[in-house]
Amino acid sequence: MKTKLATLALTATMVAAPAMADLVFPSLSYRTGPYAAGGIPYADGYADYFTLLNERDGGIGGVMAKVIECETGYNTEKGVECYEATKGEGSLVYNPLSTGITYQLIPKVTADGIPLYTPGYGRTSAANGKVFSNVFNFPANYWNAASLAINHLLEVNGGDLKGKKIALLYHNSAYGKEPIQTLEQLSAKHGFELVTIPVDHPGQEQKSQWLQIRREKPDNVLMWGWGVMNQVAIQEAANIRYPMENFIGAWWSGAEHDVAPAGANATGYKAVTFHNVGSDFPVFDDVQKYVVDAGKAAGAGDNIGKALYNRGFYAAMLMAEAARSAQEATGNADITAADMRNALESFSISEERMAELGMPNFGPAFEVNCANHGGPGTGAIQQWDAAAGKWSLISDFGPSDMDVIQPLIDADSAAYAAENNISERCN
Amino acid sequence: MSDNLIFAMEVTLNGLMAGVLYALVALGFVLIYKASGIFNFAQGVMALFAAMTLVGIQKGQVPFSHLINAILGTEFHYFGWTMHSFLAIALTVVVMIGLALAVQQLIFRHLVGQEPIILFMATIGLAYLLEGLADLMWGSEIKTLNVCLTGDTCLPQGLNATIDSITYNIFGYGFFIDNLDITATVVAAILVAALVAFSQYTKQGRAMRAVADDHQAALSVGISLKFIWVLVWSIAGFVALVAGIMWGAKSGVQFSLSLIALKALPVLMLGGFTSIPGAIVGGLIIGVGEKVFEFAIGPMVGGATENWFAYVLALIFLVFRPQGLFGEKIIERV
Repeated sequence: MKTKLATLALTATMVAAPAMADLVFPSLSYRTGPYAAGGIPYADGYADYFTLLNERDGGIGGVMAKVIECETGYNTEKGVECYEATKGEGSLVYNPLSTGITYQLIPKVTADGIPLYTPGYGRTSAANGKVFSNVFNFPANYWNAASLAINHLLEVNGGDLKGKKIALLYHNSAYGKEPIQTLEQLSAKHGFELVTIPVDHPGQEQKSQWLQIRREKPDNVLMWGWGVMNQVAIQEAANIRYPMENFIGAWWSGAEHDVAPAGANATGYKAVTFHNVGSDFPVFDDVQKYVVDAGKAAGAGDNIGKALYNRGFYAAMLMAEAARSAQEATGNADITAADMRNALESFSISEERMAELGMPNFGPAFEVNCANHGGPGTGAIQQWDAAAGKWSLISDFGPSDMDVIQPLIDADSAAYAAENNISERCN
Repeated sequence: MSDNLIFAMEVTLNGLMAGVLYALVALGFVLIYKASGIFNFAQGVMALFAAMTLVGIQKGQVPFSHLINAILGTEFHYFGWTMHSFLAIALTVVVMIGLALAVQQLIFRHLVGQEPIILFMATIGLAYLLEGLADLMWGSEIKTLNVCLTGDTCLPQGLNATIDSITYNIFGYGFFIDNLDITATVVAAILVAALVAFSQYTKQGRAMRAVADDHQAALSVGISLKFIWVLVWSIAGFVALVAGIMWGAKSGVQFSLSLIALKALPVLMLGGFTSIPGAIVGGLIIGVGEKVFEFAIGPMVGGATENWFAYVLALIFLVFRPQGLFGEKIIERV
């Protein structure tokens, strides 16, 4: 009720006030190149949510949202160029969908006072707000994903992984190597054997890796892939007749286009997710009515409900809610990047609010504070059904093992702070 | 027999199969280089373009639909047919011939007599142009490729049960050989035999060889350079289509397909830029070399050795035989 009253008051103020600048949400997207298949649905979801707010509600707090897209081609240099080209447009928050670009932008956004939002990707230890003042990666990060996958295996193995062999098939890059440390710690804790198998970029040829998996017969295979690596891995798993239900991808290896080339053989493949799946949410009826049918969709409107569309949409929803909080906190509809950063640092989203937005149980309810920019680290497991052509959640959103992850976050962020002469905040 | 030896045999067989797939890509480079002295940087993108065109035609997708709909305000994405694979392949070949004509008329006709580096730079431009064109024509999403003889007889994939059973009876361990790789090997053998027969026994083939040997001498006896170049680019386009089908069947047709050219470079360095048998033998050596190295040494150095080891292997051959195993020795006298 309070929220509604504040919004009404804000809107009333807006009506009387002179025309304000738009709320600018840059989208460093990639709609071309080898990673476009993942970049397009994410960018569509991100843009469509803001279009929905504009078309249905007249923007956020009476101010129209403006999405400035800049094509990065998933190229770090281009991503930095996009940032430099758009930061002067009144940009409120960046979401580059690339770990490489994120690493380059962290010092830049910190110097420029603009927040950087990297849900489920980027620098994992940025969850430590004491060191990373301008970076937010809630509700979950790579290390949470590794732990969530192991938690699922614990659950299906009666809580005991002793003597099990788990292989990690990973993209041989900084991104792909992210979960190794966490999995090593979890291996020591739960007594399973960890076998790491790298795949070189781009991952079009993985015969050696899958012959190794066939020889070593791991009980489970975890995958940290992106782009073509995912599709080839799932096809190769089907080729060697590896049981799909024992194959679990990270959330960047769990899109529809990852499983489609393997056809019916991909049924049973699992992936970790930090948000809900499918299009069975009231908000998507509004998207259809106000965005797609009105011809204002970012794409052809056929990505609604797909895993990466939902992820972009969810990220946009969280950012729009943060902008709304910033407006309420400042009493000013025309907020700045600094206001947005402050709002992100005290951000919270409840189940009631998500239901109000037509997105019940779309993600976890959580709170962010000065020290914790990473959120709750919760997630669920989704499983592919090729006949139905859809993912289904096969678990509830559960917690990850923060006893293992938090010390890793603390150590990595402390090292970053020491390298860059950063004094801890939030004391 | 020790387990490791049995595994090594399986790895070697798979390396040979992978080598055939690399050779398929390298063949396109060799054909164009042999006839025109152009190192075609766009060969990988041609494989992408051909495979995307094949799927687009097969599924009845309207080319440039996003552009057309944006201009006309329509919502026209599909013609509404699903075409038989053979007809779609035939139409894709026609498109690739059209592309060869366009490339010749619009680009290389104007660059006759230029330095090889200029021609190479032109192919870099062509690669990016084709990538953009493929995107505009068919969209960026990943497409599933089904090439089928009849409704349910499609390109086979997965474990070959016969080889698995035979090797299991002999070694007590069934070898994994992918049915798709076996198909690719058969197709590559037919393709090479057809190319050799074409160049040996047809008038156009002999003209192609004459141009490859000495294009000025070929011109002086009345062979049309323009025709031969279009012919060669068309054949390279067809080879690209075959490579695109084989690679695309595994990963879906997507923009990463253009990166398969990276797999062909060490093959060319090793086999030579001017020899079709060189491309085949080079492919096999690279395929076996990288797979066996990854099997034997990879675990000691953290794995993922294949990409760089292929180039190391090629460099070793290059040091001792700069023209490649089957390349022509270049003697320039002052």
